[in-house]
Amino acid sequence: MKEVLLIKNGELALKGLNRSTFEDVLVKNMKRRLLKSAGKFTFLKSQSTIVAEPVDEDVDFDAAVETVKKVFGIVAFSKAAVTEKDLQCMKDTALSYLGDELRSVKTFKVNAKRSDKRFPLTSPEICREVGAHLLRSIPSLKVDVHNPDITVTVEVRDKNVFIHGNQIKGAGGMPVGTAGRVALLVSGGIDSPVAGWMMAKRGLQLSAVHFAAPPYTSKRAEMKVRDLVSIVAKYSGRVNFAVVNFTEIQEAIKEHCPEELFTIIMRRMMMKISVRLAERDNCGALVTGESLGQVASQTLGAIACTDAAVDMPVFRPLIGMDKNEIIEISRAIGAFETSILPYEDCCTVFTPKHPRTRPTVELIEKAESVFDFSEMIDRAVETTRFEFVD
Amino acid sequence: MYAYLDNSATTKVCEKAKKNMIDALESCWGNPSSLHEKGIEADNLLLKAREAVAKTLSCEKEEIFFTSGGTEGNNLAVFGAAYANKRKGNRVITSAVEHPSVQKAFDRLEKEGFEVVRIGTDSKGRLDFAALSDAINEKTVLVSIMAVNNEVGAVQPIGEIAALIRRKKSPALFHIDAVQAFGKIPLNVKKLGADLMTVSSHKIHGPKGVGALFVKKGTKLTPVAVGGGQERDIRPGTEPMPAIAGFMGAVEELTVKASLEKITLLRDSFTKKLTEREGVVINSPDDSLPYIVNISLPGYRSETLLNFLSDCGIYVSSGSACAKGHKSHVLTAMKLPDSLIDSSLRISLSRFTTEEELDYFLTMLDKAMKAIMKK
Repeated sequence: MKEVLLIKNGELALKGLNRSTFEDVLVKNMKRRLLKSAGKFTFLKSQSTIVAEPVDEDVDFDAAVETVKKVFGIVAFSKAAVTEKDLQCMKDTALSYLGDELRSVKTFKVNAKRSDKRFPLTSPEICREVGAHLLRSIPSLKVDVHNPDITVTVEVRDKNVFIHGNQIKGAGGMPVGTAGRVALLVSGGIDSPVAGWMMAKRGLQLSAVHFAAPPYTSKRAEMKVRDLVSIVAKYSGRVNFAVVNFTEIQEAIKEHCPEELFTIIMRRMMMKISVRLAERDNCGALVTGESLGQVASQTLGAIACTDAAVDMPVFRPLIGMDKNEIIEISRAIGAFETSILPYEDCCTVFTPKHPRTRPTVELIEKAESVFDFSEMIDRAVETTRFEFVD
Repeated sequence: MYAYLDNSATTKVCEKAKKNMIDALESCWGNPSSLHEKGIEADNLLLKAREAVAKTLSCEKEEIFFTSGGTEGNNLAVFGAAYANKRKGNRVITSAVEHPSVQKAFDRLEKEGFEVVRIGTDSKGRLDFAALSDAINEKTVLVSIMAVNNEVGAVQPIGEIAALIRRKKSPALFHIDAVQAFGKIPLNVKKLGADLMTVSSHKIHGPKGVGALFVKKGTKLTPVAVGGGQERDIRPGTEPMPAIAGFMGAVEELTVKASLEKITLLRDSFTKKLTEREGVVINSPDDSLPYIVNISLPGYRSETLLNFLSDCGIYVSSGSACAKGHKSHVLTAMKLPDSLIDSSLRISLSRFTTEEELDYFLTMLDKAMKAIMKK
């Protein structure tokens, strides 16, 4: 039996004249991702639906479903069986394609859409015919038009008929690549991958900046971050990954600045380096995984100090979320298990015992001014290693 | 230069083991259970290997059961003994410093309703013998104690436990996890009074994926896996002949007493040089197995030191993964302060370790202490 995917793009419909561009990006994203995971598909746009059809038999359809679930810009989609525009074929296909599913539930209804008005039967007639056939074949089944367990949809189109069951929820959001590019500061914890995922969901392409401090941090810690970035890349597509050697800056802060300000000054340095790397990548903003009050460096005062270090907008998609809510997303996108692997990251190396929670910009700038970091920042930018993570 | 000093994690495969493995892969690939000539050939090799392992433990070849290694051996001994003797009593005893493959097996027994007693240690990781004596009673069915602790090298008084069990008129079986002791100190299962003893191949320059469990004749053991009758149904599964042949090669190359003497001298001079250095604390007891030296450098973090040394080609392991990671349960049971736990390193030697390697370690350790900023 021939199967296709019917993709509904929700918000896209609102975008007026831009819609076609947005759809093109969505199709390009799906095509590339499906090619990698499941096989080659062709795409046909018709009204608010995109029909994705496998090119040959070798396509792994289950893998395709899992891939499409992760593509942003899709509200919902269905896997549908394709059949001929013939009532008997429609009945047989509905039973063979959805029979197993229907046998495992109690109630159903049939919903028909007839975009080809030349088809001899009207929508209510199709519903009646197909519904009756399913009822006769599966005695345990009852009709419930208001709240069915499964809605069997029969779509009569120009060339053929699509038959499918309940819709599968998509990842929502906007197609990645329709909103520009941002640079995500990624540490290796739970929060930053979630923040990256959330911004990719709004259509942004990602660059990621990681700060390594060997020998205080290990190669394994860096491998873990790369793994996390690659998990986010399953949703966002290819990520430009940059690894900054941060050791000498950390040591200089430790040596020259007051201990209780260590973390905030460190974060400001990270922001300054990230902006430089972000500009290279044509990013329009920085993204961090900060959540208000989660740790001492994420209080209102501390965030104001971090913000003041750079001119670029800083997005903090997790700012109003509780840890539990963040963990829930982390689990859902498959990052949690990797995030909790126990390796040192550069944020924990010299953590002060009693960090200042209400610093002011003046205080921080004064503390920073005892040492000229600019040369080290230049060097960190120059020695940054770049790679693509898929 | 290069110094592999993590021999308690695993060892390099020795030449004899390697040669045996290649020979087995090339010519002796039959199934020892097959009736034909190809099977008999493999069965003969299996017999030879069993004899070789039995010889090192001074037991009968019928008392050796090949396993996939230390973890499986320990699991099989703990579960097998507890389940088989459930009728006799409900108490099982272990220590607080066992390897996770014993520790977690006891955790599971506890969930299943066994009464688990975990005996503590002193600050050097040595078992609290008086507490063990108090814990053993007529309802105890299993006592499982490691011969040598894998993190600090503390040698446990395993020679006295069997007598203690007898004195207490307890029906308990005595299991020794000898993974770290095997090939390093003489182990005579009869003299030790062991009912069960776990050993592993890859800690003695053999291949990974193979080990053995000694089961004293007449000991009842409930198998963990069921299958086609191999290893007299205690541990079914087609025997991995190349690994077993490699294990045999490693066993035949062992020079337990001579190596122990050599390593003791090496260790003594090494620890002397360590104590001459300011800021180095030795966590291993004076009478520990000389193959394991556990130290701490308060103020530094294990992981940072490990990373630095690794970049110099020196491979050791850390007692604790990192600030976020789990702290060593052994060092915690020894009630060491966090400053020592967070900065601990384990240097573990093998009979191939040289003085040059240890000196190189010391030179680089000095360099690390200068280069790395304290926390």
